[in-house]
Amino acid sequence: MDPARDVAVVAFAQTDHRRRTDELSEVELLMPVLHEVLDRTGLRTGDIGFTCSGSSDYLAGRAFSFTMALDGVGAWPPIAESHVETDGAWALYEAWVKLLTGEADTALVYSYGKSSPGDLRSVLTRQLDPYYVAPLWPDSVALAALQARALIDAGDTDEPELARIAARSRESARANPHAQLPGARDPGEYVVGPLRTGDCPPVGDGAAAVVLAAGDTARRLCARPAWIRGIDHRVEPHGLGVRDLTDSPSTRLAAERAGAFERPVDTAELHAPFSSQEVVLRKALKLGEAVRVNPSGGALAANPMMAAGLIRIGEAAARIHRGESDRALAHATSGPCLQQNLVAVLEGEPS
Amino acid sequence: MPEILSAPLVVEFPFTRSLGPVQSAFLTGLRERTVLGVRTTDGRTLVPPVEYDPVTADELRDLVQVDPTGTVTTWAWNPSPRRGQPLDRPFAWVLVRLDGADTALLHALDAPDPEAVRTGMRVRVRWAAERTGAITDIACFEPYEGGPGERTGAPHGGVFTDPVTSILAPARLDYTYGPGRAQTRYLEALAERRTVGERCPSCRKVYVPPRGACPTCGVATDERVEVGPAGTVTTFCIVNIKAKNLDIEVPYVYAHIALDGADLALHGRIGGIPYDQVRMGLRVEPVWSEDGRHPDHYRPTGEPDADYDTYKELI
Repeated sequence: MDPARDVAVVAFAQTDHRRRTDELSEVELLMPVLHEVLDRTGLRTGDIGFTCSGSSDYLAGRAFSFTMALDGVGAWPPIAESHVETDGAWALYEAWVKLLTGEADTALVYSYGKSSPGDLRSVLTRQLDPYYVAPLWPDSVALAALQARALIDAGDTDEPELARIAARSRESARANPHAQLPGARDPGEYVVGPLRTGDCPPVGDGAAAVVLAAGDTARRLCARPAWIRGIDHRVEPHGLGVRDLTDSPSTRLAAERAGAFERPVDTAELHAPFSSQEVVLRKALKLGEAVRVNPSGGALAANPMMAAGLIRIGEAAARIHRGESDRALAHATSGPCLQQNLVAVLEGEPS
Repeated sequence: MPEILSAPLVVEFPFTRSLGPVQSAFLTGLRERTVLGVRTTDGRTLVPPVEYDPVTADELRDLVQVDPTGTVTTWAWNPSPRRGQPLDRPFAWVLVRLDGADTALLHALDAPDPEAVRTGMRVRVRWAAERTGAITDIACFEPYEGGPGERTGAPHGGVFTDPVTSILAPARLDYTYGPGRAQTRYLEALAERRTVGERCPSCRKVYVPPRGACPTCGVATDERVEVGPAGTVTTFCIVNIKAKNLDIEVPYVYAHIALDGADLALHGRIGGIPYDQVRMGLRVEPVWSEDGRHPDHYRPTGEPDADYDTYKELI
């Protein structure tokens, strides 16, 4: 299906991602990023046609926590606004659909997560099946480790390769001033074997924001808009034991529906919080060696919950803005072992 | 800038979850040391069972018994067990395909060290001594030398005389709550019995309590402004039902109070006056308890009532 109108990412901003931000409330963390992304387009909050955000009450430990962040976008007089209780990449999907309908020409998408107030590995158990799985409290690293073992048993990877993925990601992050863990480091001890400290993402706080615009509005706001050629998101069966953990059919299908396989991409920003998940995603997305994977450092260098997926889209778009990419794939995930997956394909016009 | 405040915040929620027919049979089965799966229309057996086929979305109700023995399909070594996990000593997380099943169940395997665990190893259920109809009725798995087909007891069709129909799913998460810069300043000032708002640099409105942002302009508020202590009741309600653990006699009045100099009304209880004499425009001031960090309530100042035009924008 050809979209009814062209929609592009025209601006992107993110915080420096840090282990703790005790001095900041969520809205205080978010507001500089909102100002930065609006400044890049010259838009003011009142100019935005639609606003959509992503965050999670379980990180904050408070109900309806996203309403406090709305103070940062000037929600009075009333604005057209929505929220997703997951990564901001899905908020971007909702905003993209809104712009495709023609009901708005611009959208502000933001997401944020402070993991530091709670114990993230325990918090994430609350997204699991409440009948059969959550009562056992299997944490996020444990579930990723089951997937890593399945990959090793299948001959898809080994521990040295996982260490190389982690090292390459964090070396790339040296060029990313926002990264929490720039530069390769020791693989470390086993957290939950076969995953070591180095295979796991840092826990931290951060926020990101993106401005979308349609058609000529996008051309007016950005010298080289990152046109969204397609987005799709799919989900796996929720039973972990039903799935083949070495593969990600949902990612492959989302990529197909987003048009990712129609022409090669030069860049892929993959939301792979664990080194082993990059192995799964490369296979599902049929990425060749020529594709530059996670030049930003990816989630192994900074993984602010609810923002890390939106950041993948933002980083891919920013490379197109800068002329460093002509066709980029961005992927976001949510849930255990790549449960839910979103793929976006972005292109810049020939310069 | 005072030190940023923080405080422990515990969130506990004992969800009672009702079970559908398939989940009820499965969990009741565990209570009776029987493992049930559900048969799909194309002949696979799913364990743990679900009510709808994850591939075809067909409704599934055909319960079949599988063995309490099985094979590890993947595993992960957990050297540092965490609160709530099945064992309090190092153990392996495992996905186990029980004999007779086509899918795998997540649980813990009691093994001395990672060298004792491998994909493909044979395991069997270790039942909990006390079983209630929950996934934790399986205490864990343990290594097992035998082959498949050594089922205990007669085949079971999934019908029980006393089925479990709901589970209690307790959860506890521990946080350290930090209110951030603006609210820390507000709370620190309250401890000195002062009320401090913040002014928006754009629209010049003073917000109290401040949250660090102007919700109209979307910009940071950081110019501190002391407001009050007196203010005006802009609107109010009479509370007739006593809240649990609240040491206040009903009926009482809860009001919006525009402190002098503030552009936003805050909430507070009105005391020192019969509840049926509280009115819009009443002038009030805060009353602090001996060691309170915030006003206990507001009482009349005795001044004449404020003119409606002075507070109508703040209702």
